[in-house]
Amino acid sequence: MMNQADSIVPESMATAQPPAVRQLGDRVFKWLTLLMALSVFALIVLVGFELWRGSHLALQKFGWRFLSSSEWDPVNEQFGALPFIFGTVVSSLIALLIAVPLSIASAVFLTELAPPWLRQPLTVFIELLAAVPSVILGLWGIFVMVPWLREHLFLWLRSALGFLPLFQGPIYGVSFLAGGIIIAIMIVPIITSVSREILRSVPGLQREAAYALGATRWEVTRIAVLSYAKKGLFGAVILGLGRALGETMAVTMVIGNNPQIAPSLFAPGYTLASVIANEFNEATGDVYRSGLFEIGLVLLGVTILVNAAAQLLLKTFGGAGAKPQ
Amino acid sequence: MTASNHRWRKTKNALVQALTLVCALLVIAPLAFVFYYLVKSGIGAVNWDFFTKLPKPVGEGGGGMANAIAGSFILLGIAAIIGMPVGVLAGVYLSEYASSRLTGPIRFGADVLNGVPSIIWGIVVYALMVLPMRTYSAWAGGVVLGMMMIPLIMRTTEEVLLLVPDGYREAALALGIAQWRTIAQIVVRTALKGIVTGVLLAVARVAGETAPLIFTALGNRFWNNNLSDPIAALPLQIFSYAISPYDDWHRQAWAGALVLLLLITAINVTVRVLTRDRIHKNP
Repeated sequence: MMNQADSIVPESMATAQPPAVRQLGDRVFKWLTLLMALSVFALIVLVGFELWRGSHLALQKFGWRFLSSSEWDPVNEQFGALPFIFGTVVSSLIALLIAVPLSIASAVFLTELAPPWLRQPLTVFIELLAAVPSVILGLWGIFVMVPWLREHLFLWLRSALGFLPLFQGPIYGVSFLAGGIIIAIMIVPIITSVSREILRSVPGLQREAAYALGATRWEVTRIAVLSYAKKGLFGAVILGLGRALGETMAVTMVIGNNPQIAPSLFAPGYTLASVIANEFNEATGDVYRSGLFEIGLVLLGVTILVNAAAQLLLKTFGGAGAKPQ
Repeated sequence: MTASNHRWRKTKNALVQALTLVCALLVIAPLAFVFYYLVKSGIGAVNWDFFTKLPKPVGEGGGGMANAIAGSFILLGIAAIIGMPVGVLAGVYLSEYASSRLTGPIRFGADVLNGVPSIIWGIVVYALMVLPMRTYSAWAGGVVLGMMMIPLIMRTTEEVLLLVPDGYREAALALGIAQWRTIAQIVVRTALKGIVTGVLLAVARVAGETAPLIFTALGNRFWNNNLSDPIAALPLQIFSYAISPYDDWHRQAWAGALVLLLLITAINVTVRVLTRDRIHKNP
């Protein structure tokens, strides 16, 4: 170790410099790095400010009515965000309903129950799934998933659960449910890997104590691990929710892009993120564009709140879980 | 009684084990399906033309995405030039001046920034650059990706710098080397591989971003000769082909998606190999 440290100190560096120069160098370097680190706040302020500035017109014209109105009429310049808020909430909830049990079960399997030789490859696959870009998943969604949903799953759901208003009405394929499923695929790797970190940070003593009482593997997991990690796992789920709310491309490609509030999950919908993606470039007229900026502002507000909550939960749980990805 | 209870507990254990295994398989099933369909539908259109030709108009068939592939690399280059220095230096601050009261809030800010939806970045840079410049441009596309890379690089840089043993810092300081040179020439150099890894991961992460490019880079069916003009990018091209009504273009979209995914996977695998090395050499 001493040798290694020696070898990476260039000769020239050991020569003494006048203290004033050294202090100046230290000060400049510290301020430079601090400045770069502070760019985080600058960026947050910048994002907030630009969205506020962009949505100024709409804020003035519609006020709070923007959030409660369901009218989206570019021709008459009447804008309300309610159908998009509805679509975002519904698709994210569907995604959580599907993704949370699957991800937490997978995380439990990976850390507690799987034979050691299986853990590494499965983890690699889940990380690769996390790396698949949204637009590629959307492409697959349009041409493979949606036709399959239309011709199989949705028909089956309608005949089995058709007595519920959720599963009634015409089937187009593109729908709230298709959007929810594609978001679920996108957030599963995040929830799984954060949950995995959390479970791994549960102290071994916790497990050993339960084993010593004669518990089986699953009983150890349930009694000693899951109850201990509850708060952290909740944080992982909230983090997944944050991603779900802002997910754009894949959802845009499969949700149908129709601003409506419908009781049926088979109906096409629209989300906050996808209306921006679809209409921003075509938005003629200042009020129209301003309305889209305000939709961005709403989305930003919600995702910042959700993400901050997730980070706080993960941080209070402990070091290992606090990593973002 | 006790024997049957014991047997029931064993059975329950096995049942849960099987159930969670099924969940894990369900989780990775989409990956297998996506890969299968990408190869099946895309491989036919991945040929020499795909990498060397411009897109053809509807109906002509053939053509390629050479401009989009080049465009993606240009955008990622601009993004790295912006995101790398800011992200690495900020990561240095978080790790080396950890005693500062600011590090907690900065770290928190970076994590929150990581959660800002990519579409939001798109409209912000639209307002910031596209409106004043009166044109969509490669610059705007690069800047938006660069901004998204900053918090990513920052956090990974911090993490790998914290892995450098304090002994290195102490040894250098004891030799009378200024702190900033200790950091730049000892600490950062020791962790260089890890930092490069973090940068590569950030590049891979933004390489597939589409939403922020729609309002900044816009896309282009021809070569870009001027960075102040709109530029094509692989994800944008995939998106516009995917939602078009033409079979030819759908085939191109699949091929583009296959190439993009292979590119991203290649970066991820390289990183994995790099980090395995790092862990072995610096226990």
